[in-house]
Amino acid sequence: MNIEYMGLKEISGPLVVIDGVKDASFEEMVEITVGKNKRLGRIIQIEGELCVIQVFEGTRGISLENTHTRLLGKPLKMPLSMELLGRVLDGKGRPVDGLGEIYPEITRDINGEPINPVMREYPRNFIQTGISSIDGLATLIRGQKLPVFSDSGLPHNQLAVQIVRQAKIEDDDEAGFAIVFAAMGVKHDVAEYFRESFQTSGVLDRVVMFLNLANDPVVERIVTPRCALTAAEYLAYEKNMHVLVIMTDMTAYAEALREISSSKGEIPSRKGYPGYLYSDLASIYERAGMVKGCRGSITQIPILTMPNDDITHPVPDLTGYITEGQIVLDRSLSAKGIYPPINILPSLSRLMKDGIGKGYTREDHPEVANQLFASYAKVQEVKALASVIGEEELSETDRMYMNFGREFEEKFIAQDFSENRSITDTLDLGWKLLRLLPVSELDRLSPKTVEKYYTRSDSEGGDF
Amino acid sequence: MERASQGIIYGINGPVVKVRGKQAFQMLEMVLVGHDRLIGEVIRVLEDETIVQVYENTTGLKPGEPVVSTGKPLTVKLGPGIMGNIFDGIERPLTRIADNTGIFIKRGSIMDNLDREKLWEVKILVRPGDHVKQGDIIAEVKETESVNHKIMVPPNVEGEVIETADDGLYNIDQVIVKVKEGRDIYNLTLVQEWPVREPRPYCHRLPLNIPLITGQRVIDILFPMAKGGAAAIPGGFGTGKTLTQHQLAKWANADIIVYVGCGERGNEITEVLEDFPKLIDPRSGRPLMERTVLIGNTSNMPVAAREASIYTGITIAEYYRDMGYDVAIMADSTSRWAEALREISGRLEEMPAEEGFPAYLPSRLSEFYERAGRVENFNGTTGSVSIIGAVSPQGGDFSEPVTQNTKRFIRCFWALDKALAYTRHYPAINWINSYSEYSDQLEGWYRENASPEFMDRKTEISRILQEEGKLLDIVKLIGSDILPEEQKLVLEIAKVIRQGFLQQNAYHEQDTYVPIQKQYLMMDSILRAHAGASRLVALGIPVSVIRKSGVFEELIKMKYNISNDDPDAFEKLNSKTESILNEIESDYRASGRVNEV
Ligand SMILES: Nc1ncnc2c1ncn2[C@@H]1O[C@H](COP(=O)(O)OP(=O)(O)OP(=O)(O)O)[C@@H](O)[C@H]1O
Ligand SMILES: [Mg+2]
Repeated sequence: MNIEYMGLKEISGPLVVIDGVKDASFEEMVEITVGKNKRLGRIIQIEGELCVIQVFEGTRGISLENTHTRLLGKPLKMPLSMELLGRVLDGKGRPVDGLGEIYPEITRDINGEPINPVMREYPRNFIQTGISSIDGLATLIRGQKLPVFSDSGLPHNQLAVQIVRQAKIEDDDEAGFAIVFAAMGVKHDVAEYFRESFQTSGVLDRVVMFLNLANDPVVERIVTPRCALTAAEYLAYEKNMHVLVIMTDMTAYAEALREISSSKGEIPSRKGYPGYLYSDLASIYERAGMVKGCRGSITQIPILTMPNDDITHPVPDLTGYITEGQIVLDRSLSAKGIYPPINILPSLSRLMKDGIGKGYTREDHPEVANQLFASYAKVQEVKALASVIGEEELSETDRMYMNFGREFEEKFIAQDFSENRSITDTLDLGWKLLRLLPVSELDRLSPKTVEKYYTRSDSEGGDF
Repeated sequence: MERASQGIIYGINGPVVKVRGKQAFQMLEMVLVGHDRLIGEVIRVLEDETIVQVYENTTGLKPGEPVVSTGKPLTVKLGPGIMGNIFDGIERPLTRIADNTGIFIKRGSIMDNLDREKLWEVKILVRPGDHVKQGDIIAEVKETESVNHKIMVPPNVEGEVIETADDGLYNIDQVIVKVKEGRDIYNLTLVQEWPVREPRPYCHRLPLNIPLITGQRVIDILFPMAKGGAAAIPGGFGTGKTLTQHQLAKWANADIIVYVGCGERGNEITEVLEDFPKLIDPRSGRPLMERTVLIGNTSNMPVAAREASIYTGITIAEYYRDMGYDVAIMADSTSRWAEALREISGRLEEMPAEEGFPAYLPSRLSEFYERAGRVENFNGTTGSVSIIGAVSPQGGDFSEPVTQNTKRFIRCFWALDKALAYTRHYPAINWINSYSEYSDQLEGWYRENASPEFMDRKTEISRILQEEGKLLDIVKLIGSDILPEEQKLVLEIAKVIRQGFLQQNAYHEQDTYVPIQKQYLMMDSILRAHAGASRLVALGIPVSVIRKSGVFEELIKMKYNISNDDPDAFEKLNSKTESILNEIESDYRASGRVNEV
């Protein structure tokens, strides 16, 4: 079909409207030629012969007369092949590294299709990240979607890099692993930081990078995570690889969605975000997992910023409702010089229950984790009290909690950017800290566990 | 054959399709959209235009494609083959979709809802000459080892049986009974169809005076649910809505469980599919999956089918109720359903009420929750549908429209609390904000079946928790050291109640489900200890001395140390508590330090 439509009926933000279109299909791609350059767009609404089109490169420089538009007859597809590994692509999945086109083995619609729940495999395999607060208290499981909630000025990028460097995501089978990195609206130096660190850890040839940077077209961001996940699905379910997907910044993604929605004149729900933000985010996050009959897996670590550190902001809020837990970074910990500044109380891994304990990590893991949470929560209460009556006025037990809290933050949560702790070290460390409290305070432990671990003489290296 | 009305697609906006052309579509009629014959439902009829919501992804649809009427509303097929199975929001069998299209759900897969090949062992219960009317049981099929499926005369059919098949093996399409009414002859098979948006009829409602026992202490004791009642579980993300729903699906003493995963995670459905066949129902000794049906319309599946999933679920629930069963339906999450309404409404450019939700949100919620109830059926049996809906308030804020409107139509409110979840106090049901308006009606049952003292005990537990709440406000300001000793004791006992009683570990083999008798005895032991300790405190013995004796720790650990089938152990525990307390007292008396009373 080679009809070209001259001119436009309307331009509104990133959207254009064309009249008199015949035979357009919903979500079909179009090519808009403006002078010498071509832009890509997608039909997002059809009303008779009127088509509303979102233009990925934005509408700057477009007038009602200076365009001609051609329907491409298909939705946005991503070319897929093993050649993707080691490549850098733009936010729409086109190579930008000067290494030429990708010769596709197959092409796939970037929207993907919902995984049939009966074909999912429930994820159970522990991934050791070497970071105590994660491994011990918010364990990452292969095939999980576990976002990092952060804000500007906090070291979420370092944390992601440390996870990528230390996590052993592949099995001992030969399938191997891959990393898919999707940047949405992040600064150039952030993308560069990731690229360099992939290079230093020698994995660059296993990484596919999708870059939509801060100065790249906003609308393009809408498709970036979908292109990335289409690549991830190909590698995981067709090539049996274990794929780790890092997506940053999901807040920038959601803002792009909001922009389009408001240009369309849709009724907003909270903070101007469209009412379908939940479903839209779910169509991205639910593409994590494991499926029957495939050895591969997709583990997602989305990173998002919480405007004003507000966890109830729609983006972290709806993300938390979809993902299988969250890792929450905290400004006050960071201010104390603690890296990684993970606030363990709001952090959670919902899949850890089936991936830890006897036969997985160590039998005492569930109880230690539970007790550390409970005791650290109590520390917060004591701190609040101390700020009212003064630390000297605290009871003896409460002072023990204050001490436990400090040690816990400095020894357990804090660790070096290059420090890679084994799960055994992490759990032993947890016990050392719990011994700072009298056993009568440890109400989440079974008598058996107390006997076996709490009272064990401390041969592995004295108290702090 | 009547010519089906037909129109052509005019506009497409996500799941909403505008249809024009020669047409006579009916409101809420099911239609087939486009060349791929996607299933849709008419949601608005205008003079020159019909609006359809499509239950599948609309990518690739074009204006000009045909839209064909089916002449009937969105219905579900009701018959053997439902139990133990999993369907999407419009009752398409996900297992068979997987057989056809593999890992991913492809669209346009119209298929039979129930297996038409499978032969069921049918026992006919009527004879020619019998007069039958709606709801009467005409045959029985062992659907699973746990569920006896009663084949009933469909609503609005009445007449004389003129012919019956012999007992034997039949598929769902074969006629087993013929009923004649005047000149009409009804051929009855093992299935009937019912429009999902219409409640199934019953004879009359019965009082809600029997509890739905869940084995979860905070629920059964403090905020009990009635069979036939409606409950809501609101809570921010990660506070435990799904886990609580799963716990109830596993352990509640219902005969049938309908679990609707409405716009939530795929893995949560998978988890049920993996766990339930392995878990054994404590009452029947059979795998839980045999009494469970799953409706899974996950968050990434089409949003219009999510809207329908709730109705599909409740219609199935009512159908089993009609057989005389106690059915419990879990909907996780009703907020996602409300959002589906909002999304469709937004695309229709309807005038929104609060936060973009349509003005008809409250009426839809009330229609749904009204379908709960305990009833006498037309066939004389009693059955019930209990609804437990999860609510996912935006920002965890209970003042938002879905939570607020839900509150008007339910009578049991289990408020999950972020602060409790952060400290890993599970189930994170806040004992101050939660309530059950069924308590009074259920009192009689508890008196008879748990203990005559049940209500007094329960009131005492609530009172201590309330008092603790007040005292903690003071402690936050001045610390606990200067409280009088009796108040320190209240704090101590409240801690025992919270940790030893309210906290319940879903992952612990014994603690995951606790019989009502044991729940009562646990409560009783705590209160006895309180009474004993109060006596000592009145004598001037400091709480710290009592605490050091370890009595409280012993109580906190009783949930793990005393197994569910060993009620006698409580007597031992109580006498141990008593002797420890007596010992403290006599030591004190010996040292001459007690107050004169
Ligand atoms: N009774 C319990 N025992 C042990 N752990 C629990 C209990 N209740 C909740 N949890 C813990 O809380 C986590 C989150 O619970 P759940 O998934 O039910 O939350 P939710 O309220 O459904 O969240 P969302 O709205 O995001 O779906 C669980 O993975 C589990 O670790
Ligand atoms: Mg949930």
